[in-house]
Amino acid sequence: MTQEEIEQLEEMALRVREHIVRLSTDGGCFTGASLSCADLIVYLYNRVLNVGPHNFDAPDRDYLFLSKGHDVPALYGTFVELGWLAAERLRHHLKTDDFIYWHPNRHIPGIEFHSGSLGHLPSVAVGVAMECKLRGLNNRIVVITGDGELDEGTVWEALLVAQAKKLDNLLFIVDRNHFQANIRTEELIPLEPLAPKFEAFGARVRRVDGHDFAALEAGLGELSGSDGSGQPAVLIADTVRGRGLPSIQERADRWFCNFTHEEVAELLEELHGQRQATIASEALIVR
Amino acid sequence: MKNYEQTLLELAQADERIIVMTAENRAAIRNLPNLLPGRFIDTGITEQTMVGAAAGLALRGRVPVLHALATFLTLRAFEFVRTDVGIGGLPVKLVGGVPGFLSDGNGPTHQAIEDVSLMRGIPGFHVFCPADEEELVLALPQIINSPNPTYIRHNALKTVAGYEHEPFEIGKAEVRRTSESATHQDVAILVYGFLLREAWEAKARLEAEGLSVRLVNVRMPKPIDVDAVLSAARETSLLVTVEDHFLTGGLFSIVSETLVRHGQTADVLPIALEERWFKPALLPDVLRYEGFTGEQIAARILERLPVHA
Repeated sequence: MTQEEIEQLEEMALRVREHIVRLSTDGGCFTGASLSCADLIVYLYNRVLNVGPHNFDAPDRDYLFLSKGHDVPALYGTFVELGWLAAERLRHHLKTDDFIYWHPNRHIPGIEFHSGSLGHLPSVAVGVAMECKLRGLNNRIVVITGDGELDEGTVWEALLVAQAKKLDNLLFIVDRNHFQANIRTEELIPLEPLAPKFEAFGARVRRVDGHDFAALEAGLGELSGSDGSGQPAVLIADTVRGRGLPSIQERADRWFCNFTHEEVAELLEELHGQRQATIASEALIVR
Repeated sequence: MKNYEQTLLELAQADERIIVMTAENRAAIRNLPNLLPGRFIDTGITEQTMVGAAAGLALRGRVPVLHALATFLTLRAFEFVRTDVGIGGLPVKLVGGVPGFLSDGNGPTHQAIEDVSLMRGIPGFHVFCPADEEELVLALPQIINSPNPTYIRHNALKTVAGYEHEPFEIGKAEVRRTSESATHQDVAILVYGFLLREAWEAKARLEAEGLSVRLVNVRMPKPIDVDAVLSAARETSLLVTVEDHFLTGGLFSIVSETLVRHGQTADVLPIALEERWFKPALLPDVLRYEGFTGEQIAARILERLPVHA
């Protein structure tokens, strides 16, 4: 990947973050969790996945399942930047005249399946991966899970089945932002050492900085799909919750955010490194 | 008569969409692994993953037919059934083994006696409760070809003696009357599943007492055959619902809802499990202990009908 290509990805990711910030008002959204995976999603759709409006109906296209569905603003923002979704539709966030709400759903072209209840899409993706194998295809099925989501036993159950069925076309990506909803993972249900856990489940595992496009490229380069190993792949992407906004970054209480319009304006400036926003909006604690 | 396994195999051989799945419960499909290469998938003891994976397979155009014990399929995997299959509106077919009294000696952990209630509560879901394997086989092509997700209360009891099934139609009940010409009967017994056998015997016993009886084999608690319920209420003096299910949410609830919705009233005698699990034992002993034999059902109806008290 050239420096120019990296810069293009960074520019797109910045615009996706702008969309996320703009969605964080008038009812709000899961800002912190969306910002942690924005780079990942931008990277995957631009550099890895063979999917788009041109081939949604093709049986051999790739799939991305967003199992931590509350980060869907990152997906909407990416779809807008890719030209798959009219930017105008984001103004209908949380409105009854469209389908843009806090969790993904298939009314939005490009979204493969609804999610919201954690620990579901690993198994749905197992089914899709099995079907693709049954047809002898070599397409790639990617699932993004949260790290808090790893508390759900069904993630591990799906992984057990994936390795039993030799689904090397399946890639789990963990958005390792080190937070559950409102508590650090290591303070509540510690996950480390994480890579050996996945290795013990029979997966090929790489761990990279999930905000570094070159590192993502290198990590995924070593985890090619359908490599004949029969082993599902896992990429642990170390990320930062609220990445890009120092005023809310890595804060346990800034998972779901509903800012005022003035705060959004300040945060957009903060995103561009112009000044730090002053946030007075009450934080939502879900416990 | 072809059995369930042979019928499913023939359907699958003729239709590449069909995928036979199990969470390591192969009782009804033990010969299929080698006969359906690639399209028999055993996910191990993972009801939730099996259901989620079935949603994924259905998303790719397949029609998965899932097998597990009814209690684990409907309870352990409930959220996956509701959220992945239900919200997805996907044509996944769930075959629940040993439902209701058929779990006989297993105990309450294995008693699927809220399964009809749970499955019918999911928008778009159909619920099919065959009276015997003959009816299961009869209905299977339509159930599998239907676009609706469907819960099948599996039943391997071969046939109900002396009872011949009519052709099957989704959403239609099967009705037997003492006299086909008389409109009014003394009592209507509504039943689903293997208890049709006991209700059939109860009908004969009541007829021997001089009563006229309408027997309604409900077949599908959902979609319920509204006309069959309303006409039974209109044209008999007593409605009896018989089910190996909790009183809440099953046939008695469905009949009650149907009557209220259509502004009808009826005298109803529910025979079901009220606020308790049933006594684990071998099936014939369970039936007698719980009061569900044909003889006991007839006796309870005779007690209830004032004219014969």
